[in-house]
Amino acid sequence: MLVEALVLSALLFVIGTVGVLVRRNAIIMFLSIELMLNAVNLSFVAFSRYLGIEGQLYVFFVMTVAAAEAAVGLAIIIAVFRHYETVNVDNFNLLKW
Amino acid sequence: MVDVLFYVFAAVALGGGLGVVLARSPVGSLLFMLATLFSVAGIFVLLEAHFLAAIQVMVYAGAIMVLFLFVIMLLNLGHDFRKDFTFGAGMVAAFVVAGVMAGFLARQFRGSGDHPLYAFFPGPEGMDALLAEQGAVGAIAHPLFTDYVVAFELTGILLLMALVGAIAIAKQRV
Amino acid sequence: MTEPSRIAPEALEAVAQTGSGFNPLLPGLILLLPLLGFLVNGILALIAGSREGNVLRSAALAEPDSEEERVDLQHKEDAPRRATHTLPTWVGPGVMLGAFILTTLNFLRMLGSGLQDPTVITYWSWMPTGTLAVDAAIQLDQLSMIMMMVITGVGFLIHVFSVGYMKEDPGYPRYFAYLNLFVFFMLVLVTGANFPVMFVGWEGVGLCSYLLIGFWFQDREKADAGKKAFIVNRVGDFGLLMAMFILFATFGTLNYQEIFAAAPTTLVYGGGVVTAITLFLLLGATGKSAQIPLFVWLPDAMAGPTPVSALIHAATMVTAGVYLVARASVLFALAPVSAAAVATIGALTALFAATIALKQYDIKKVLAYSTISQLGFMFMAVGVGAYAAGVFHLMTHAFFKALLFLGAGAVIHSMHHALHATHKDWDAQDMRNMGGLRRHMKWTWVFMWIATLAIAGIWPFAGFFSKDEIIWYVGTSAPFGPLYAVLWGMAVVTAALTAFYMARMMILTFHGPNRTGEAEGKHLHEAPLTMTIPLGILALLSIFGGWINVPQSVRDSFFGGFGMLPMSSWLDEWMAPVTAAADAIRLEQLGAYAYQSPVGGGHVTWGFIATGLAMAVVLAATWYFRSKDVPTAVEQGAPRSGFGKILYNKWYVDELYDRIIVRPVVGISRFSWRVVDRVLIDGTVNAVGAVSKGTGWFGSLFQTGQLNTYAFILALGALALLGVLIF
Repeated sequence: MLVEALVLSALLFVIGTVGVLVRRNAIIMFLSIELMLNAVNLSFVAFSRYLGIEGQLYVFFVMTVAAAEAAVGLAIIIAVFRHYETVNVDNFNLLKW
Repeated sequence: MVDVLFYVFAAVALGGGLGVVLARSPVGSLLFMLATLFSVAGIFVLLEAHFLAAIQVMVYAGAIMVLFLFVIMLLNLGHDFRKDFTFGAGMVAAFVVAGVMAGFLARQFRGSGDHPLYAFFPGPEGMDALLAEQGAVGAIAHPLFTDYVVAFELTGILLLMALVGAIAIAKQRV
Repeated sequence: MTEPSRIAPEALEAVAQTGSGFNPLLPGLILLLPLLGFLVNGILALIAGSREGNVLRSAALAEPDSEEERVDLQHKEDAPRRATHTLPTWVGPGVMLGAFILTTLNFLRMLGSGLQDPTVITYWSWMPTGTLAVDAAIQLDQLSMIMMMVITGVGFLIHVFSVGYMKEDPGYPRYFAYLNLFVFFMLVLVTGANFPVMFVGWEGVGLCSYLLIGFWFQDREKADAGKKAFIVNRVGDFGLLMAMFILFATFGTLNYQEIFAAAPTTLVYGGGVVTAITLFLLLGATGKSAQIPLFVWLPDAMAGPTPVSALIHAATMVTAGVYLVARASVLFALAPVSAAAVATIGALTALFAATIALKQYDIKKVLAYSTISQLGFMFMAVGVGAYAAGVFHLMTHAFFKALLFLGAGAVIHSMHHALHATHKDWDAQDMRNMGGLRRHMKWTWVFMWIATLAIAGIWPFAGFFSKDEIIWYVGTSAPFGPLYAVLWGMAVVTAALTAFYMARMMILTFHGPNRTGEAEGKHLHEAPLTMTIPLGILALLSIFGGWINVPQSVRDSFFGGFGMLPMSSWLDEWMAPVTAAADAIRLEQLGAYAYQSPVGGGHVTWGFIATGLAMAVVLAATWYFRSKDVPTAVEQGAPRSGFGKILYNKWYVDELYDRIIVRPVVGISRFSWRVVDRVLIDGTVNAVGAVSKGTGWFGSLFQTGQLNTYAFILALGALALLGVLIF
């Protein structure tokens, strides 16, 4: 089942990448990123089945980081929305010097 | 039985993933995402990672996704049906990138089932023995509070910082 | 090597037996005192300088209506004497008096000790590197002692004179600070026990010379004169440094003692190495002592205050080259070509400068060229191996040339006051504007005539004995080569010219009708006592200073009052330990002097001829210029034609140097600036900057601020990493 899980993981990751690249709604981009994280988690767990418990530990940490990232990212989205009244990233053009 | 369940879960996960990307409204995306998360949790169970499956459902699907939902509701999104896709060259570039990435990953994963290095690792049998001895929680908890305790504590600090940061960014200027 | 009678054998024997019983008394303090004076006066100068700036600023704020009023305002501000302007009066000459007394005590001790080998006092290790070990050490011997006596003695008198001459100047404390510093460095130069320490003094006096020539640096011309002196001296310093490098490469040390002891055995007589060393030393000496080809800076150096010209550019610093040759006498004795070069350069310079002095109208310029000419005589002396005679003339020249310069200073001082009082814009230094000053400045007139007779070489004044000695030695060197006969002829002609231009200067300045003007004549007056007393002492020295070195044969003739006058050949005996090694080499390699002139006649005969010639020339010049109607500078202007014009313009040497050296250098510099620096270097630097800027601009195109773009680039980067990992 290892190879099948890895293929699924790869497909989910690519779908997430496409989502990040083609969507302009910040929330959906965010969800796509979560999807990519999940895909990676899946391959960690799949490898863990064969290589030892450490893979699951990494998944644990990835989830924690994802939680922190979601908190901060959503806070940023709220702050930006308050300013622009939209979450469309076309309007986010201040990320330059 | 296990294989059948795996393919069912895999199909649902892929469908959910596509739904996340293709859904028009954020709420739709979110619901597709939930489906994916549940399916992946199911695959975790099939891979004997029971503790992570539980965490995935409770923390990821239960807490984080609900947080997303709160934000969507709070900002009153979902009524905005303006198309928010990148078209044209951007879309082509995105699919080229995705295609190349898929190719890379496929090449990398080909033959990962029978690598000679696997002989040096416990394998499914070893993992089963470990889980039988320590239980699903104990197997993770033991290294977490011994070898990885520093990383674990740092994770706590990271969460605290994220908490403080989120409040500082999102609160109304007074 | 010399006349057997000149150095009493018993004296040499006594010296050899007693050995070195010399016990110096606080020699370091002699050097330290002027340095201390420099520090005190320097601090006072800084205080006074800041206040002066304030005064000038407030004067500028007051916005006086006319230039005259501004000048008056400044004079008023200066009027109350403050501590910064009264303390240097005591500190400056005071430290010099202390140093002079200490030097005299040491001199007396050395006199009684019969010192043979130099006494070296090491203070600390200066440069203790692997192979080169240089100590901060001073060396006391007969040569350095006599130089110290001249420097501190004449220096003290000139310091006293400066009090009277400079006390009106706003930069009074600064002046004394520089002067004290100069004396310190000059003492370092003559006492240093090795070449590097000497070089420190050498450079230090050059620096002070530069600072003092450009003392009135607000005047562009004077500041430029300082720069010229400094730059021309650098050429000489190059030679000195090269000589030091070769010396170190040859001997592995730079200490005088070790080098001069090892030289006769290490170096081949007349070999390439020693010739190179001595020629480079000679280049250094020509720079400092203003000899051909590096003499051009000294006339311009007269831009400095006149006591400076007396101390630095007549009595002490410019004799450093003579000192250097005398100090390295062993090396020059080993290199006959270099020694001949020294003598030739000396003779050429002496004659050349004397001709220029004939047609100069600036009183200080006459004295400047006279100094160059006399330095040429000293070079002739040390070039033919008569080191004691060279040092003898150095000493007497310090007396009478300092006297002449100080006297000229008194004249200029008086002229300046007179012209200033009536606001006449005439040149206070042009002799054509003077005339008849003896009625106003009796003492100065008397003293300067004494000095003039001394420099002209008239018996019994000091210059007669020292200059006659040199001419005699050049003449008796004829057996060493026909060259010396030619040099002797040049020396005799130069001596006659010296008498002529000095008499001309005296007549134009002090005799005949006064040409300054009716109103101005009333303001001409004798200088204050602080100025005339040093003149008097120097006049006494100019009369009797020559009596310390008279050969036995001359003493027994008319010149020594047939043995009645208190004369001796003391200096020859005194210098014997220093020059003995060189004398021995010369005697062995070249043979003895002829002891008669190239055209026959002995020492005494030529003494009569020389003093008679000088007297005749002085009388002729006096008669010629007294009967001549001299126009003022304004009426006449510069000579416009004939040989006089060439002499007035100094043989166009400055112009020649300008053509062949200054202009090409300026041209190359300009090329370097316009092409190499601006186009090549700046271009390269700017191109680098432009490339960075362009790259940055190109990079900034990717910085759109759009999240999508960033995400896309991020994905590309991830792909690239993935690709690297896989393949």
